[in-house]
Amino acid sequence: MKTIYILWQRQLKRYLRSKSRIVGSLGQPILFLLALGYGFGPVYSQAGGGNYIHFLAPGIVAMSILFTAIFSGIEVIWDKQFGFLKETLVAPVSRINIMIGRTLGGATVSVVQGLIVLILSMLFGFRPNSWGTLLALVIMFLIALLYTALGTAIASILEDMQGFQLIMNFLVMPSFFLSGALFPLRGLPKALTVVTRINPLTYGVDALRGSLTGIYQLSLSLDLIVLTSVSVIVLGVGSYLFTKIKA
Amino acid sequence: MIKVENLTKTFDERRAVDNISFEVGRGEIFAFLGPNGAGKTTTIKMLTTLLEPTSGKLELNGFDPIKDPGEVRKSFGIVFQDASLDTELTAYENMEIHAVLYGLSKDLYQKRIDELLFLVELADRRNDLVKDFSGGMKRRLEIARSLLHHPKVLFLDEPTLGLDPQTRNLLWNYIKDLNTKEGITVFLTTHYMEEADKMANRIAIIDHGKIVGSGTSAELKESTQTTSLEEAFLKLTGHSVREEGGENQMRQAARLWGGGNRR
Ligand SMILES: Nc1ncnc2c1ncn2[C@@H]1O[C@H](COP(=O)(O)OP(=O)(O)OP(=O)(O)O)[C@@H](O)[C@H]1O
Ligand SMILES: [Mg+2]
Repeated sequence: MKTIYILWQRQLKRYLRSKSRIVGSLGQPILFLLALGYGFGPVYSQAGGGNYIHFLAPGIVAMSILFTAIFSGIEVIWDKQFGFLKETLVAPVSRINIMIGRTLGGATVSVVQGLIVLILSMLFGFRPNSWGTLLALVIMFLIALLYTALGTAIASILEDMQGFQLIMNFLVMPSFFLSGALFPLRGLPKALTVVTRINPLTYGVDALRGSLTGIYQLSLSLDLIVLTSVSVIVLGVGSYLFTKIKA
Repeated sequence: MIKVENLTKTFDERRAVDNISFEVGRGEIFAFLGPNGAGKTTTIKMLTTLLEPTSGKLELNGFDPIKDPGEVRKSFGIVFQDASLDTELTAYENMEIHAVLYGLSKDLYQKRIDELLFLVELADRRNDLVKDFSGGMKRRLEIARSLLHHPKVLFLDEPTLGLDPQTRNLLWNYIKDLNTKEGITVFLTTHYMEEADKMANRIAIIDHGKIVGSGTSAELKESTQTTSLEEAFLKLTGHSVREEGGENQMRQAARLWGGGNRR
């Protein structure tokens, strides 16, 4: 228990101390809110979609959680390269606990980052249902957990940061763009519909948007079932790969 | 305290450690010497549960690193060849994580951390981030950390690499002291022959994964008919530079410059 707590705390300390990382990672969400929110907003409402910021903001919150979480998981590679990982691997604690501690830490950091973006989006005119935020928090945490574990799983296999660009381009970016974070899921071409339904983030975005605005495109129960089961699977696989890391 | 029997490790066809056997007694200071790429670190990794041997038998403090890694891990402390600190944390926080990982209680470790930081002359830098430390300070912190949980065996893999003579002296004196006072067994590697000569009760020399000589410093000199350990070492391992030289030199340079700085 203490192992999990101290490694959770480590992730938090590292996050809170990297002010430039916090500020830097707000640039992208702000850009999206500005460019898309104001850029597409008029077209969207003319097409009868309503207030686009209302639609977009939860997607952007999900995006920042996705990015922060994957990055937190990928940090395992840094720990490999800079040696701290060895320190934890020779300690008389189970690797599962090490994995849980850092994953919970990474997930917490990602939720904090998501909350900051949520508050920011309110400056852009987003008005979430206040009674939905509690549920939203749970969903944010589920998304964060899933993608931190995914990042950790990937980092457990990779040797160095060489593969990072590959992950960004072929995993993170597609996950975001094909999740319904930016556009409604209705009336998409068939192929795109299939892809969005395979993408776990779609369910995260839907649940987050639903809890914050009351509008679901799928259903909360389906979202929760998919999110939870995928999280459990990824956590399992991640833990397995993490225990197999070669020092 | 340490038993190694017919230990072999192959990395795809290549024998990094080739059928070696040796023993280290309780309270001994044992120096494991050899040119770059000889297999020293690989041997240490197998003894410290980081690598599984291809074949052979191992024992540390009476436990088998493969069957009983938990007990083995409790028994040793290690200073790795490469940096292993979290540079985004303070000296105290690095120590604290270690203490918690080794299951020490808070009232116990708080005092011990401060004692150890004082010993390695880092007490005044207790709450500074490690990324602002010099290479020597990082090394001292790693040594303090490795002693936090009162290990029975201490592994030191080139602990003095890139350090000035003052710091090296301080470190070795301190380790010698620990050995005499607390009877801690020390397994060390170094490329500075005079350090091994001064410190070790017994020495083994490894080359291309094989042990090519072992005994006390005097015995090694006698058997090779040389007058210094350095000459004995060169006689046993030859004068040719190892192919790994380049890579290792880069690593050592990186260590000297950055000591493993993050980003
Ligand atoms: N993970 C690995 N995969 C493949 N080969 C490896 C691996 N680790 C070590 N080796 C090889 O095993 C041999 C022994 O390496 P080792 O690190 O044990 O040498 P060393 O005696 O510690 O050298 P140095 O004095 O330079 O630290 C080298 O040829 C090295 O290239
Ligand atoms: Mg080595």
